[in-house]
Amino acid sequence: MSAEVTIAEVERVAELANLELAAEEAAHMQRDLNAILGYVDQLRQIDTSQVEPMAQVGELFVATRTDSRGESLRVDELRPSLQRTDVMDSAPETDGAFFKTPKVIER
Amino acid sequence: MRETMSAQESVGPLRQKPQSIRKLRASLAEGHQRATSLAEGYYARIERFNPQINAYLALTRELAMEQAAAIDAQAAAGNPLPPLAGVPVGIKDVLTLRGVPATAGSRILENYRPPYDATAVTRLRDAGAVLLGKLNCDEFAMGSSNENSAYGPVRNPVALDRVPGGSSGGSAAAVAADLAVATLGTDTGGSIRQPASFCGVVGVLPTYGRVSRYGLIAFASSLDRVGPFAASVQDAAEVLHVLAGHDSLDATSATQPVDDYVAATAQDVKGMKIGIPEEYFGEGLDPEVRAAVEAGIDALRAQGCEIRSIRLRHTQYAIPVYYLVATAEASANLARFDGVRFGYRSSSATNLSSMYKLSREEGFGAEVKRRILLGTYALSAGYYDAYYRKAQQVRRILAEEFRDAFAEVDAIVAPTAPTAAFRIGEKSADPLAMYLADIYTVTASLAGICGLSVPCGATAAGLPVGLQVLGPHFGESAIFRVAAAVERTTQGE
Repeated sequence: MSAEVTIAEVERVAELANLELAAEEAAHMQRDLNAILGYVDQLRQIDTSQVEPMAQVGELFVATRTDSRGESLRVDELRPSLQRTDVMDSAPETDGAFFKTPKVIER
Repeated sequence: MRETMSAQESVGPLRQKPQSIRKLRASLAEGHQRATSLAEGYYARIERFNPQINAYLALTRELAMEQAAAIDAQAAAGNPLPPLAGVPVGIKDVLTLRGVPATAGSRILENYRPPYDATAVTRLRDAGAVLLGKLNCDEFAMGSSNENSAYGPVRNPVALDRVPGGSSGGSAAAVAADLAVATLGTDTGGSIRQPASFCGVVGVLPTYGRVSRYGLIAFASSLDRVGPFAASVQDAAEVLHVLAGHDSLDATSATQPVDDYVAATAQDVKGMKIGIPEEYFGEGLDPEVRAAVEAGIDALRAQGCEIRSIRLRHTQYAIPVYYLVATAEASANLARFDGVRFGYRSSSATNLSSMYKLSREEGFGAEVKRRILLGTYALSAGYYDAYYRKAQQVRRILAEEFRDAFAEVDAIVAPTAPTAAFRIGEKSADPLAMYLADIYTVTASLAGICGLSVPCGATAAGLPVGLQVLGPHFGESAIFRVAAAVERTTQGE
C-alpha cells in the first residue's frame, strides 16, 4: 500500500483529473501526496476482512424511519424547470441555445 | 468547580453579542424596533468592520431591505410574525441564492450567478429572515482556517492575527462580530463546529439528512451538511427548527418528524447520561482547552448529569478515512467544473481538452487540486481496494462504534478542536498539520450523527474554547439540552 508516489504517477493522476500541473506544482503535489498517504497507511493495522464497505450513512437509520424507503421518492409529475435564458446566462460562451466550446476534433 | 475565564470576559475589539432572536421578534411585534432600521444598522456595522474581518463577499442590500419592509408592514398590520421575522442572516457562499454570485470561495466560480435558491435559503426566506449577504469560506469548503479562499482569508474577530477556523470561517466570524444574528454554514469534516469553537459562537452539525443539501455546491456528498451558527444555543435551535425537515429535491433528505429544539434548550439535564471518550483527551490536546472542557463537564455533573468514561477505540483512524472518502467524492463532484456550462474558462485554450485542463488549472487553488489528485489516486485502478474500499470499511466500524456508545449514553462530550484559534499562516504550508485540526470533528461527520460546538470558556490569552456535544442520529434535542446546560454555567445566565 505504501509505495512512494512517483512524479510519473502524479502526472498520470493529473491527466485522469483533467488538471494541467506546472512542473514545480507536480513536485509539491508529489511531496504532499506522499506525506498524506504515509499517514493514511495506518489503516492497514485494522482487519476489515469481515466488514462491508459503507458508502452512505442512510442505511444505518433507514430501518427507524417512519415511512418505507420508497415513500421518500418524490411523486413523478410535471413541474416547471429552470428558464433556459437563466441557465445560459451563466455559460462562458453560448449562442443562447447551445454551449459553445473550442474545436473538439482537430483536422 | 475549576475556575476558568468565561467566554464573555475574553471579548476582543470586534466582538459583540447580537440580541437574541426571541427578544428581536418580540420587539418587532410590539413596534419597539423596525426590521428596516435593524437591517440598516447591520449594513452600517458591516461597512465599518468587514474590511478588517473579510467575512462578507457580497451584500444583498436591495433584497434585504425589501424583506425587512415586508416584515415591518406585517408588524404594523398586527399580523402574526413568522419565526425568524426580521432576523438579519448571512449565507455561506457555497449555498445558492438566485441571481447573487455564489463563488464557493473559488476563482472558478467568480462570475457564477445561480438560477435557483438552495432549500435552506428558501426556508430562511419563508421564515421571514432578512438575507444580508454571502459569506467567505475556504475554497469549495476545503480547509480548516479559511486561508484557502480565493478572496482572501477571514480574520478572527476575537484576535485579528488569528484564523476564524474553517471552512465556514466567514459564517462564524460574522456572528462573533455581530455582523449577523445568525448564519448558515456547512460541515463536511468539522467546518461548522471548529470555526464556532475558534470564534466563540454556537455551531450545529445536524444529522445527515436532517437539512436539505439542495442548492449546496457539493464537496463530498455523503458527508456534506448544512447547519446554523448563532450567538446562543437557543438561537441556534430556533434557526435549525426552520431549516430541518424533508425536501423532495434532496434524495438523502430524511422524513423523520422535526422535534421542538427550542423547548429542548429549556429542559434540565438531570439524570442524563453523558459519555466522555478517553480518545478525545489524549496527546495533542492543548492543556488550556482541556481545562475549559473539563470545567464544562463539571458544570454538567453539577446539574445532575451522570458522567461516564467511554471508549471510542478506532478514533485515531478517522482522519485517514475522512481524507480518503472526502477527497474521492470531491474528485467526482468537482469534475463538473470544466469551463463549459458555468464558471471560469481559460482564454489560452486551443482545443476542448486544453480548455478543460487550463480552466481547471487556472481556476482551482492549491488545496482543491491536492484533494482532487488524492481522491483520483484513491479511486484509480490498482489503488481502489487498498484506499477507497478500505476507508469505506473502516467508516462502518467508526459508525458502529458510535451506535454502540449511544446505547449506553444520551450524549457524548469532548473538545471541539485540539487547540484554540491558531495564527494566520501557522499551518498553511503543511497540509497534514492542517488536517489534524479536524481530529475531534471528522468521526461524527463519517458516522452521520449530530453534533454542535458551544463556548465553554477561554484560554488565558482570551481565545474562546468550544465544547463539542455529539448525539445519535436525529438526537438534536438531546444535544441542545446538554449545550444549554453548559451555556448556563459558562455564561453565568
